[in-house]
Amino acid sequence: MGTILQLDHVSYTADKSQILSDISFSVAEQEYLTISGPSGSGKSTLLRVISSLITQTSGTVNFKGKSSLDYDPTEYRRHVSYCFQQPQLFGNTVKDNLTFPFEIRNQPFDQKKATDSLQYVGLSAGDLDKNINALSGGEKQRVALIRNVLFPPDILLADEVTAGLDDTSKEIVHKLLKHLNQDRKMTLISVTHDDSEIRDAAKLYNIVAGKLEVPTNDQQQ
Amino acid sequence: MINSNNFILMGAMNTKNLQVSPFSLVLAASLVLVAVLISQWQKLGLTKDLLVAAIRAVIQLTIVGFILKYIFRINNAWLTGLMILFIIFNAAYNAHKRAAGIPKSFPISLIAIFTATILSLVILVVTGAVKFIPSQTIPITGMIAGQAMVADGLAYRSLNSSFHDRREQVLEKLALGANVKQASEGIIRDSIKNGMAPSIDSVKTMGIVNLPGMMSGLMFAGVDPLQAVEYQIMTVFMILATTSLSAFIAVYLAYKQFYNDRDQLVRD
Repeated sequence: MGTILQLDHVSYTADKSQILSDISFSVAEQEYLTISGPSGSGKSTLLRVISSLITQTSGTVNFKGKSSLDYDPTEYRRHVSYCFQQPQLFGNTVKDNLTFPFEIRNQPFDQKKATDSLQYVGLSAGDLDKNINALSGGEKQRVALIRNVLFPPDILLADEVTAGLDDTSKEIVHKLLKHLNQDRKMTLISVTHDDSEIRDAAKLYNIVAGKLEVPTNDQQQ
Repeated sequence: MINSNNFILMGAMNTKNLQVSPFSLVLAASLVLVAVLISQWQKLGLTKDLLVAAIRAVIQLTIVGFILKYIFRINNAWLTGLMILFIIFNAAYNAHKRAAGIPKSFPISLIAIFTATILSLVILVVTGAVKFIPSQTIPITGMIAGQAMVADGLAYRSLNSSFHDRREQVLEKLALGANVKQASEGIIRDSIKNGMAPSIDSVKTMGIVNLPGMMSGLMFAGVDPLQAVEYQIMTVFMILATTSLSAFIAVYLAYKQFYNDRDQLVRD
């Protein structure tokens, strides 16, 4: 598998405080990378840099061999999609959220695709018209994830997407992430605090105080 | 808002009923003392502001009175045009001050207010509703540009608060691959609406709650109420067109200032 993402000496400074410091690593196509680390260590900032929602202060982020800065930002983010921790849903209904990816691409809404996805994550076709305020936290997170992958990106950046979820929702989300990675050949970078996800990680990095700790071989599972 | 233009078009009207002597103005100044007394009594801390405001108003209005008298008498198209530009420039500057740091808010306000004002003015002059003479075009410009200024100021405030309150949502839309316009759509719509809302509200209650400035001024000058109403109806059309156009232009140019060239949200 070739390298899809390469970070070289990436640092990020905001308001004179260094949040990311000299981070370098590469991710192969269809790899499932797990990143853990204490709160405030810079994990979310790293994902925001990779998704080009902010630009690193120094260093380079290469996607498919080309600097992220050389891509059209909108086009780039459709390939490198960031799913937020505790995402906010738009509008009033689940449908409002699932039509959004179609609207921004000027494509007609594919209801079957949307309902198939809903069913895959344990929701029903009838939930399409459900008010977003009637959803549980776990259901909201699942809808948000679907929103990110209705048009499958090359890389999905999942920011603590199981944090605060009940066990059922957590299991469904894990199953979806695995499916996307193994069956849909999506590259995944998942930031997590979740013990089971860390334990099962195929490849695990730690971020502590903005620095990447690449584990030694015997730590690596 | 329109009340500041109460005496519009009065120059052409019968002014025999209008005899405010300097002495009666001095007596009227005692009204300011009422406000000062309330401020002192209730410890509002507004005494200085009230006195400064009253003195500034007297000085500014006196100067404007002399300038307008001169311009009306000269009746020169270039000078009238210059005065119109001066009013638009001032309106843009004041709208810019209400933008609370939105980059390029002055040129944006200038483009928005200039376009909306000149377009309305041209339509009014071409249709014959207003003559291109200083005593008509200058007060009308003041009214239009003033309305546009208020609309733009409110629209800027709405942009600032919406981008702050809905920051996460905008970021999520960007992360999903929306371009800056798609990510800002709701905010753009709300900000244009918020800019226009007070004008629409004031127009809705015209004649019921408030007797609008244009009409009041004309009646004050002894004009037949029905004739005054005709002019007022014209200003209603003018206000609706101007505020919507100006707020639309200002918002569409200003929302982009919340992003950098990498389509990243830079202000909150």
